[in-house]
Amino acid sequence: MRARQLRARDMLRGDLDGEELERHVEEKLVMTNFEKLLNWGRANSCFPLTFGLACCAIEAPIAMVGSPRYDLARFGAEALRASPRQADLIILSGRVSIKMAPVVRRLYDQMLEPKWAISMGACSSSGGMFSNYAVVQGADKFMPIDLHVPGCPPRPEAVLYGFTKLQRKIMGNPDQGWRARYRAHGTEEWARGGPRSEPSAEAAEAYEATRELIRA
Amino acid sequence: MPDAPGLELIRGEIENDHPGAVLDTSFEHGRAVLVVDAAQVLATLAWLRDAPGHEYRFLSSMHAADYLPAAPRFGVHYELLNRNRVERLRVKAMLADPTEGADVEGVEDSLARSAPSTSASPTAGLPTIDSCVSLFPTAEFQEREAYDFFGIVFRGHPDLTRILMPEDYVGWPQRRDFPVGGEPVTFTYNERRYG
Repeated sequence: MRARQLRARDMLRGDLDGEELERHVEEKLVMTNFEKLLNWGRANSCFPLTFGLACCAIEAPIAMVGSPRYDLARFGAEALRASPRQADLIILSGRVSIKMAPVVRRLYDQMLEPKWAISMGACSSSGGMFSNYAVVQGADKFMPIDLHVPGCPPRPEAVLYGFTKLQRKIMGNPDQGWRARYRAHGTEEWARGGPRSEPSAEAAEAYEATRELIRA
Repeated sequence: MPDAPGLELIRGEIENDHPGAVLDTSFEHGRAVLVVDAAQVLATLAWLRDAPGHEYRFLSSMHAADYLPAAPRFGVHYELLNRNRVERLRVKAMLADPTEGADVEGVEDSLARSAPSTSASPTAGLPTIDSCVSLFPTAEFQEREAYDFFGIVFRGHPDLTRILMPEDYVGWPQRRDFPVGGEPVTFTYNERRYG
């Protein structure tokens, strides 16, 4: 320990050179760019909004995921913010009724950039079991959603897993490991009118084949 | 709970004071029901509330229902309670749909019917009944709810506006001819069944 400190002092003084300096740089320094450093910081100090919509809020950071058993603090997101101005992340925990949708949208608009949104559970992702006049059929109809966590409600582990996925997304490295594992490339689905709204040739072919099977 | 003969006695007593007010009675599942004329519902409720020996002073619930294939289509139900004797009595007023038979029924028709028309008043073409807020103040929000979901207008209500749906919502969503909404889900089961 003492030796290392001395070596660091020598380096700062400019007394290190040659092979010794090379080795010190290799061991002690990490080269990166500012963007990556910034995103690393953002991903590991995400402030979720104190916000709950329905029954999923029981599992959401407020009650379950933030509790010591699951401990969202391990991922740097334990600081819940009660003001959208201070929050980075909004978790839509539950069904969004058509009366609540403008409120949610307004909260999202009031959050400062950069901001992220997790749609938690079946209801806020697709309307869930509430296929009726009062509930918005998927929160991505009125606001951008970065990540959908399936489940009714999702287990706290699932929310945590979704949050770590979001961290990778923030750091610019969205994990798509399962596609490789299941050889499922070409099955990506995109929102209509999105940048890549055309399905891949394989997906279109598979869809047509399925339809023909059903018709027959 | 008045039993079946007791219910007939109540009917007879109302008949003395308000002839023709009670149209029918029923006693099912231990529940006494007075079916009353919608025009005289206020008088009947006041009688049941104030008549000595009856005194159903508490309105425990007031709600509406849509019995669509039935001829008087809407029902307004008042659940009365006497808290001294712990006796409950249901008063039911049936309301016909004023627009019934005017047009072919269907989803588009229902939507067009429930859309607020600019020429007539917004409550035109809706079933109407007297508000009982003057008798039971608790009915205020419950009548607003019935208006919100079924489009039943309560005459004399202090503030008859939507209570649960957004203020600019069009239509009466709990009516049985209102489209369920939502989105069709493309499960193979649905495709096979409905094409």
